[in-house]
Amino acid sequence: MRFDLQRVPTWARWMIYAAVGVLVLTVVQGFDDTERLTAVSSSQAMLRWAVPIMLAGLGGLFSERAGVVNIGLEGMLILGTWFGAWGAINYGGWWGLLIGVGGGALGGLLHAIATVSFGVDHIISGVAINVLAPGITRFLSSEILVDYDGGSITQSPRVPGVGKFTFPFLAGGDLFGWKSPDMLGWLTRKNWFWVSDMTGLLKGLVTQVSLATMVAFALVPISAWVIWRTRFGLRLRICGEHPHGGETQGINIYLYKYLGVIVSGGLAGLGGAFIASPELSGIYLEGQTNGRGFIGLAALIFGNWRPFGIMAGAMLFGYPFGIGLRDLDGSASHALLLVNTIALGAVLVWAVRRDRRVDAFLAGFLGAAAAVWYFASDTVPDWWISILPFVIVLVVLIFFSQRLRMPRADGYIYRKGEM
Amino acid sequence: MNSSFARKALLGAAAPVSALVIAVVVSSIVLLISGSNPVEAYGDMIEHASKLETQVDILNRATPLYLSGVAAAIGFRMNLFNIGVEGQFLLAFIVAAHVGSLVEIPSVFHIALILVVAMSVGGAYAGVAGVLKVTRGVNEVISTIMLNAIAISGLVAWLIIEWKAGGDIAASGGRVTTEPIAESGLLPSLNTWLEVFTREVRQGKELTGVLIIAIAVGILYHVLLNRTVFGYDLRASGANPFAAQAGGVPPKQMVVLAMVLSGAVAGLVGMNELFNTGFFPSNPIRGLGFAGIATALLGRNHPVGVAFAALIFAFLDVSSGILQITGAASREIVVIMQGVIILAAVIAYEVVYRIRLREEAAAAAAAIRQTTAPTPEAAAT
Repeated sequence: MRFDLQRVPTWARWMIYAAVGVLVLTVVQGFDDTERLTAVSSSQAMLRWAVPIMLAGLGGLFSERAGVVNIGLEGMLILGTWFGAWGAINYGGWWGLLIGVGGGALGGLLHAIATVSFGVDHIISGVAINVLAPGITRFLSSEILVDYDGGSITQSPRVPGVGKFTFPFLAGGDLFGWKSPDMLGWLTRKNWFWVSDMTGLLKGLVTQVSLATMVAFALVPISAWVIWRTRFGLRLRICGEHPHGGETQGINIYLYKYLGVIVSGGLAGLGGAFIASPELSGIYLEGQTNGRGFIGLAALIFGNWRPFGIMAGAMLFGYPFGIGLRDLDGSASHALLLVNTIALGAVLVWAVRRDRRVDAFLAGFLGAAAAVWYFASDTVPDWWISILPFVIVLVVLIFFSQRLRMPRADGYIYRKGEM
Repeated sequence: MNSSFARKALLGAAAPVSALVIAVVVSSIVLLISGSNPVEAYGDMIEHASKLETQVDILNRATPLYLSGVAAAIGFRMNLFNIGVEGQFLLAFIVAAHVGSLVEIPSVFHIALILVVAMSVGGAYAGVAGVLKVTRGVNEVISTIMLNAIAISGLVAWLIIEWKAGGDIAASGGRVTTEPIAESGLLPSLNTWLEVFTREVRQGKELTGVLIIAIAVGILYHVLLNRTVFGYDLRASGANPFAAQAGGVPPKQMVVLAMVLSGAVAGLVGMNELFNTGFFPSNPIRGLGFAGIATALLGRNHPVGVAFAALIFAFLDVSSGILQITGAASREIVVIMQGVIILAAVIAYEVVYRIRLREEAAAAAAAIRQTTAPTPEAAAT
């Protein structure tokens, strides 16, 4: 009997994918004489970089499931960074996150007023919010932050964070004052091929994890549950699939669209507060979101408008960011070139088997280009490291855009009683 | 008839005017809350703008804004969102600067070469997003945003190192720039013309010659859109892509062409700075791409409307500089003002559009009633 991957449960299939991915990383980094691809610090960095992308993506999920395209996520993220930093400086880490949520939700409310109540085109309103948000934060900084010790018009003083947690048994965290064994660390130190690489990456995911990160990851299953298992979620989804149908059921479509977009802003705001927290920068700095709201949007598309898909997309896009951050000599990013070649090779095989010629040609061409570059050089330049995540987003979308299904009425300007 | 025309004009002006009023009210409230006197702040700004030198600055700022706005507007007219003007213009800027520095030919050809290179590069880079949209189904909003990042932190960062000017970097203040363009490649300023009508422009201010190019682009945009088959197809595809396709307009070609055109205009956005400095600077002007989208939104994609919008934004940008000197208010207030103007404008346009629809429906209903009134059934009852 042939082993059929499609018959394996989804969670197990993803684990198999992840294990194969780690195997590729392990083999590749051997060629480049770097251990950074599977180091504990790498998965920690990936986690930190993935969280804001993931929260922006989840934000986009709530909005687009309600049928409102939210390109204003970037602006809401920006509001989140400022309000998060301001809240944390004045009231402490947890309040910072909460106030960041409030700041983002305010941006969401604005987007909802424009798109839902006034029927403005969703993209146009989103662009307007992206223009308005940095203006608001800049003004607030000029009024408030400049009076702080160490603050200026473009940055805040240091922002306090929330606590960290190391899991007992898995990574040797303390349990009521007793130091538990560090199982993953023990396996990692054994230096067994592949196994130690996997445990190394896993250890990074459970060592010194910020409580904010845990909240963010808890929001993934919570979002899935809310959207697919509750009455609220059902009504939210009908707004995005067939609002006029929902109207005939007596559902107040406007209300649910409002709620969806406000929750969307709140989640993006949390992502912004996370960026300003010590997990990433520990400071509010103008322009620090650096397009992550848009990458969150790409993660949403990559994840096919589903929470766990968004999480996977955020990790995929966050990984090169996390690697690039510490990659001063460019060797780890150089090794990633070969990883890209292998991934594109896999796409090539898939395309050939499905008889998709254009995909096969594109994958072959891009893969060959990456391979040529890999073998012709020893390191990659700085600029490549900084754009790699964006390139990956673009390439992923080139291959998978046509296989996605967005909510049917996404972007549709709904007016009550008008068909 | 005449009164309905006046009413139409009134409705058309109502949206932008109310947006401005709302913006002034909101920023006045913000200023009052922050303890500044709004009247004093606005007074300072208007007084500053009445000086000839400030007006030159405003026009210099409005020129690239207008080009960026027209670039965005070309896409908007076809329901395409070219968010990538920023990346397109920076890439075009650096390539044009480099190519321009390589040759020394008669002035007309030199300047034309630089402009053609800039437009080609901008058009080609935007065309990538168009091709990806029609062949791979990649949404142009996402792809242009990604291409922005790739152009700005990738290609431009790479090219500036490749093409950096020789000589001692320390001597030039540690700044990395491209080789300067020879005098023959620099578009002269309009100061001599301006001074015929006014007085001598002081403080070394120069009115950019790109202003003429921008006006030409505006006229061409108008002619292309309203007087050519292509423009008709473009507007038709934007209004109803399915109907346009049924009418024989190739939708895929239109998307790519519109993106290329939009990018070509975007390529001109950096020319103002290029002809002024003669090279690609280490920190070129940024944010013109998104500002252009805002300009197009406020100007309703209309060639004259966008010009007004560009002038308003340029006025706010330039004249707010005085606030720092007089200390009447924080100059950042204008950023809020610009954001509020856009948001208020798009909402106001939508409201006016709905009022118009309702009136048209009412007029149609009245017309039907009139024609159906003398029917036998109606007469019998």
